[in-house]
Amino acid sequence: MSLHTLQRRGGQTMGLQQSSPKRSIHLGPVDFIPLGEGRAYKVGEIGVAVFRQRDGQLFATQSQCPHRQGPLADGIVGAGTVICPFHAWKFDLATGRCAAEGVTLRTFPVYELDGRIVIELE
Amino acid sequence: MSTADHERLVVIGNGMAGARVVEEILQRDAERFTITMFGAEPYGNYNRILLSNVLNGSQKIEETVLNPLAWYESNHITLHAGVKAMLIDRERRVVVGNARRRDAPPYGLDGHDPRGVAIEEPYDKIIVATGSRPFVPPLEGMGKPGTFLFRTLDDCEQIAAYAKGCRSAVVVGGGLLGLEAARGLLTHGVEVTVIEALPQLMAAQLDPESAALLKTTIERMGIHVLLAKSSSQVLGEERVTGIQFNDGTTLDTDMVVVSAGIRPITEIAKESGLAVERGIVCDDQLRTNDPDIFAVGECVQHRGVIYGLVDPIWQQAKTIADVLTGINPRATYLGSKLATKLKVMGVELASMGDPKAAHPDDEVVVYREPSRGVYKKMVIRDKQLINAILLGETDTAGVLTQMFMLETAVPQRRADLLFGTSTGAPILSVFDLPDQAQICNCNGVAKGKIKDAIMIGKCKSVSKVGVHTKAGTGCGSCKPLILQLLEVYAGEAQDDPTEHYYVPGVPLTKPELIAAVKAKSLKSVSAVFRELAGGKEDPGSKPGLASLLKSLWPHDYEDERDARFINDRVHANIQRDGTFSVVPRIYGGVTSAAELKRIAEVAEKYNVPMVKFTGGQRIDLLGIKKEDLPSVWKDLGIPSGHAYTKAFRTCKSCVGTDFCRYGLGDSIGLARKIERRFQGIESPHKMKLATAGCPRNCSEAYVKDLGAVAIEGEQWEVYIGGAAGSSVRKGDLLCTVNTHDEVLKYMGRFMQYYRENGKYLERSYGFVERLGIERLRDVLVEDTEGICTRLDAEIEAAVAAYKDPWLEAVQPVHASQFADPVPVAATGNQSHEVRS
Repeated sequence: MSLHTLQRRGGQTMGLQQSSPKRSIHLGPVDFIPLGEGRAYKVGEIGVAVFRQRDGQLFATQSQCPHRQGPLADGIVGAGTVICPFHAWKFDLATGRCAAEGVTLRTFPVYELDGRIVIELE
Repeated sequence: MSTADHERLVVIGNGMAGARVVEEILQRDAERFTITMFGAEPYGNYNRILLSNVLNGSQKIEETVLNPLAWYESNHITLHAGVKAMLIDRERRVVVGNARRRDAPPYGLDGHDPRGVAIEEPYDKIIVATGSRPFVPPLEGMGKPGTFLFRTLDDCEQIAAYAKGCRSAVVVGGGLLGLEAARGLLTHGVEVTVIEALPQLMAAQLDPESAALLKTTIERMGIHVLLAKSSSQVLGEERVTGIQFNDGTTLDTDMVVVSAGIRPITEIAKESGLAVERGIVCDDQLRTNDPDIFAVGECVQHRGVIYGLVDPIWQQAKTIADVLTGINPRATYLGSKLATKLKVMGVELASMGDPKAAHPDDEVVVYREPSRGVYKKMVIRDKQLINAILLGETDTAGVLTQMFMLETAVPQRRADLLFGTSTGAPILSVFDLPDQAQICNCNGVAKGKIKDAIMIGKCKSVSKVGVHTKAGTGCGSCKPLILQLLEVYAGEAQDDPTEHYYVPGVPLTKPELIAAVKAKSLKSVSAVFRELAGGKEDPGSKPGLASLLKSLWPHDYEDERDARFINDRVHANIQRDGTFSVVPRIYGGVTSAAELKRIAEVAEKYNVPMVKFTGGQRIDLLGIKKEDLPSVWKDLGIPSGHAYTKAFRTCKSCVGTDFCRYGLGDSIGLARKIERRFQGIESPHKMKLATAGCPRNCSEAYVKDLGAVAIEGEQWEVYIGGAAGSSVRKGDLLCTVNTHDEVLKYMGRFMQYYRENGKYLERSYGFVERLGIERLRDVLVEDTEGICTRLDAEIEAAVAAYKDPWLEAVQPVHASQFADPVPVAATGNQSHEVRS
């Protein structure tokens, strides 16, 4: 958990040790996502929503809301949160947590590398 | 999960009381205890109140399950199902349990499996919730095949199964549960006789007169009743053939069901050295004489009273949870007042208080109507209701129960309490509703949840309740009820300053915000956050700000697409499966064969799963993929119908003077002019319009946000603030004019005033009601504020700035504006090290 959080901050990673194998997946140019919005990707079978906040920070979560499968990438983003377009459930993008409903999204480490988006899947 | 730092809580008994107290504890503090439960029945937990429904077949066993076994698992509760707790060893601080044989008779002291291993659970705190067992009067022959108790799910199944082979049945006991059992047996096609030892039915709830009337009602349903009869012996050798009474008489029957009340189960308490009289003696915190051991439910004797109904038990459970979790260590339970309803099909009966409590100088109000089986009685002492019986008609039972429970003074006109007020006005308001009553119909929030949010969650305003429970955040029509609940449970509703902000993330009311935006010339949403909200973005506030800025700067608004709701980013309405609906503009609801052909071709080309007419006389193409939207629009060649946004939506019309023989004015011509002029005009919420060629109102113009109705004398009436959605309201007449152009002028004026003064997401009907039609007439028709010229100019500018958003099919604002999820190969670079 703490590793993910550290990696997510500012899209940079710290020199931490870790042992479980990871796959780094390139999702394409960061400009594909307009500032302040999200876009959805389908990595194999896994749906991933990537958000590009107005300050440039990147976040990645599972693509569907656990409530009624709303497309989170179509949500409204800001202040480290996304609001689902279906029923306005609000999630913290860093932790995946929706405090009001007591559910948590899966999150993925994500960063920018030479103008491209990279996420890490375990 | 580590258990070392958790207190160990053992709950003895897995009935409704035991499970409820655990739920209450988890709700307050899910982390505090490691919880273990003992349950003698081999099930999860079920709703015993519904047992008679299982017997009469109206509900299945599965429907009575309150907590399936998965619930215990997901809450990390260890459940020893089918294990009976035998002893609390208070010196070693362990609970000793024994597995029971599956075929063991319920409630017995024996029946544990000799091959089973004794289970020991150490404890820090214990809650005893052993409940009660049926009282069996001394009756020789009880236990032979065909004799039953009526108490558990197993009992119900067995009774129902056995009844299949029977022609007649006897129910011993004419109380609440006995009558429910009798009615249940009737549905199995047996001839039922109820035997009661007392000279009347339901002696705990009814006076002799109402009991006699109830007897008649029940006999009419086909149930026989024998009063003042004591049973002495069940007859029959191998199985039941009859029953004998103390007076020597007998009655033939194939089965006997005993339902003669309950007695608390107290053996384990006695065995463990706790104080027991009729029940386990508890103080006002439901603590036994051992400070670490609590008790709840039907096994409890509190201030000399044993309760067999759920409400008191729920209150007890809350008190224990408050005390044990430390939420309120001084919480107390001071006893409950009792009110019951008989749940027997075909009998309406409510009773509260003790029917024998009356003093000679009490005020007694009685209404009798024997021919309809109606009897209503109230006993009032010091202006308070101390007993009430409603038989045959229970319309006011809710109000009476609340008056009784809350000990409020009864109204002057006593008759209102028995029959309701002549005006239909409520006697009591939200009080009338039980906890499970749904207050917010949009989000399915019950009164109990709102009450908890107020009392436990400390929500002091309507908006806080909304954040906590979602109540009131749908259509908002339940907000007055939430306000009442706040007044009841919190004393008063606090004014939440954010309720007056235009959007929650910028601390300014709408007029203040408009002034600041104009003064600082802020033309984008991010500029507003930067200048007026300390640089803090609030995503929930973005769409409201975008809407306002666009109406303030029709020409030079800096459009930031991320501030828009998805519908407004892709100009279509998102559906529950993530696809979109497309509604082309059809001016006035009038189309042509050529247009219809094009729409049909598009529907075929894109395999549109549904083509539907909308309520606004439009054609809706549902189920279109986001990435197909641009080509769908291009192929349609019709502008956007704006069916996805907070803006002018549609103006529908009747056929007016063109064809209708009643038509007084050209409603189609007017509707098309209205729609051409105002298409795309954004507003605090959507605007749906209509024109009607005569007051027959075929196009429903009276209940539209704006409506025009032709009347005799070649005139048009302009209505505003109508609604026929979650609220229904006839619009208010703004003015009566002579020409189409005048209709357009006043409609535009109202729209602009609404755009400037309506709160975000406030529909026109709320706006008109808030300001009042008189004031709106003064401002918009009499021009008392001298702003009409400006309003007309502003709406003209907005009209001139109209641009069909579907032109973005040709020129998208961003390359990925209409992108569906992008497929990516799942193979990546395997790496064990972390990049730096």
